[in-house]
Amino acid sequence: MFESLSEKFQSAFATLRGRGRIGEGEISVVCDEIRNALIDSDVARTVADKFVERIQLEASANLDSIKLSTNPSQEIYSIVQRELVRILGGAGRRLKFAKNPPTIIMLAGLQGSGKTTLAGKLSNFLKESGNTPLLVAADLQRPNAVNQLSVIANGIDIPIFAPQPGNGVGDPVEVAREGVALAKAKFHNVVIIDTAGRLGVDEEMMEQIRSIRDVVKPDEILFVVDAMIGQDAIRTAQAFNQGVNFDAIVITKMDGDAKGGAALSITEETKKPILFISNGEKTSDFDYFYPERMASRILGLGDIQTLAEQAKRVVDTDTAKRLEDKFLSGQSFTLEDFLEQIQAMQKMGSMSKVLGLLPGANSASMKKQLAAIDDNELVRTKAIVQSMTPQERREPKILNGSRRVRIANGSGRTVTEVNNLVDRFDAAAKMMKQMKNGGGGLPMAPQIARPVPPKKKSRSGNPAKRAQEESR
Amino acid sequence: MGRLGDFFAKFNRTKITPEELVNFSELLIDADFGRSYAEQILEVAKKSDGSNLQERVIDSIIESLSKAPRNLASHPERLTTFLIAGVNGTGKTTTVAKIANKLKLSGKTVTLAACDTFRAAAVDQLTTWATRIGVPIIVGKENADPASVAFSAAEKAIENGSDVLIIDTAGRLHNKENLMQELGKIERVVSKVSPIDEKLFILDGTTGQNGIEQAKVFHEAIGISGIVVTKLDGSAGGGIALAVERDLQVPVKLFGFGEGVADISEFDPDRYLRNLFT
Repeated sequence: MFESLSEKFQSAFATLRGRGRIGEGEISVVCDEIRNALIDSDVARTVADKFVERIQLEASANLDSIKLSTNPSQEIYSIVQRELVRILGGAGRRLKFAKNPPTIIMLAGLQGSGKTTLAGKLSNFLKESGNTPLLVAADLQRPNAVNQLSVIANGIDIPIFAPQPGNGVGDPVEVAREGVALAKAKFHNVVIIDTAGRLGVDEEMMEQIRSIRDVVKPDEILFVVDAMIGQDAIRTAQAFNQGVNFDAIVITKMDGDAKGGAALSITEETKKPILFISNGEKTSDFDYFYPERMASRILGLGDIQTLAEQAKRVVDTDTAKRLEDKFLSGQSFTLEDFLEQIQAMQKMGSMSKVLGLLPGANSASMKKQLAAIDDNELVRTKAIVQSMTPQERREPKILNGSRRVRIANGSGRTVTEVNNLVDRFDAAAKMMKQMKNGGGGLPMAPQIARPVPPKKKSRSGNPAKRAQEESR
Repeated sequence: MGRLGDFFAKFNRTKITPEELVNFSELLIDADFGRSYAEQILEVAKKSDGSNLQERVIDSIIESLSKAPRNLASHPERLTTFLIAGVNGTGKTTTVAKIANKLKLSGKTVTLAACDTFRAAAVDQLTTWATRIGVPIIVGKENADPASVAFSAAEKAIENGSDVLIIDTAGRLHNKENLMQELGKIERVVSKVSPIDEKLFILDGTTGQNGIEQAKVFHEAIGISGIVVTKLDGSAGGGIALAVERDLQVPVKLFGFGEGVADISEFDPDRYLRNLFT
């Protein structure tokens, strides 16, 4: 979501990088560009002004040390990063559970911000961490919102309380109250209440959600906002903040390419933290919000931390250890290992999403390539490997013409595709050998990580020194 | 919104100061016109001597817009087909219902095609609307191929002699390339039985500058013929709609402003601007 913002920041800093000496003038030029970048990214104008003012003050105060620094633009960069992290919520916050369960979570937001989808994702997220959520369908306004929540709940196997058909029938306050009572009786430790979307300016609807709040007394009121919202974000957030005094923010549709300035505006204006982000069509595309990581992403530094965590989450330590031992002991890398790697990759999510976390992934050229990545490629590759016999997987050398035809038929691919895979595997295996002699990279992706050629030994002109070198 | 009005009210009786001009462009930015559009409008204001400023600004904005007609396509001799597309949560399904209702009231027979087979219960949502309005609807099963649903709907609509077929599609983020291709497929498949006369892009009126990118990508994928801007009853200025129209030179044809089925109207930029500026 912050992609374009980071692109623009990068160009603002590029102008700075070209200048050797930095004074007030240069700082004010960069600040102007940062302001423009923020406004183009839908950051509320007043927020952008305040942000830039602080950067300017901070930079001016540290002008002497910036001037002395070997890398002045890096200094300003750090100031911007610190300020971003600060606005986005510092250390980040986690869901607050009630001392006496159930923890009551109420969702509020504009129409179409994604509340119902989010209710499903949040309940699934909580269930996976060992909670027993109950969904309550209190959006009785939008046609079939109740139905939609029921379908979602059934799909992820979460209990739902939906006593009213909705479509304008039923009292949402009553539904919420009964839902909480039911959760208590059935020992659900979390209740998630979906409410109807409403406009910030609609006083009548705001009164309704206030009544729900006053009756159920939620532990967390989450304001759900679409990453694509424009300058109105600030007014809407203010209206909801005054209306229901929400506790935290959830940003949805983060997988789009919206510049996402709303996140900055809303946190700055309401001083409320962003708790979660939702970034995809799948139920699992949902996570806590990390201000540090997001600031890095805005500035185009990549999100290595998330990548590492995802890798850790999906590759169990046993497999990793076994592959590593095998690798170090000099045994050859087989198609069976390859298959295991593919499966681990698939568990990490789509290739484009994984690679999108790498530094530089926000540049225009990289973005284009990411968009063109076909995740079905992994599925097809897997199918081909799975159509081989265990022996063939261990010794790809025995793959003659007729075996290849059989594999192609078995996996529903063409012989050319089988040939390509075997060739790619050979290249990867070769690279594994090279990597053992130093270097690194992803063995699976020879086209991405070029093999590092073995380092040429330096040969000293001094015969004694050379002898010493060669004897090493 | 009222602040732009205040600005003009003051402007027409005093001399323009540079601060006031900056203030004016900021008000346009606050209404989501975007920085470059605001700057363009500002240039016009700068050249003005202060008399009739509002008229000059309105004229210059209208000058920058599409010259194409703003009425919906209509072919009395055969089935007229509308395709509705946009990102998630902009109000596509509600807009389909509103357009259907409007056409029905004007004496046309309408069939709906529920091709949002992705979002849970989206088909039910449109079915509920169809029952309320009293128009036939063709539905597909959840996760069915939307193109095949649209195709059979087009066949049915021809068979039952409908004047208009409106095809609702699933919301999709424009940066999901395969989903955009799916939209192209719906168009190709339906075209075999009926040409698509109107491809309407649904733009949420609260959207910021990302709206331009959205519209561009949808335009590249299916060649949109018109824009419907929704949710103009909130506090958002909706300037993004004009910014998109200016960029793509595709007219905003309708605007939605409430939850009622009758809350849709023809878009008139002159009226919209006068409203924004008062």
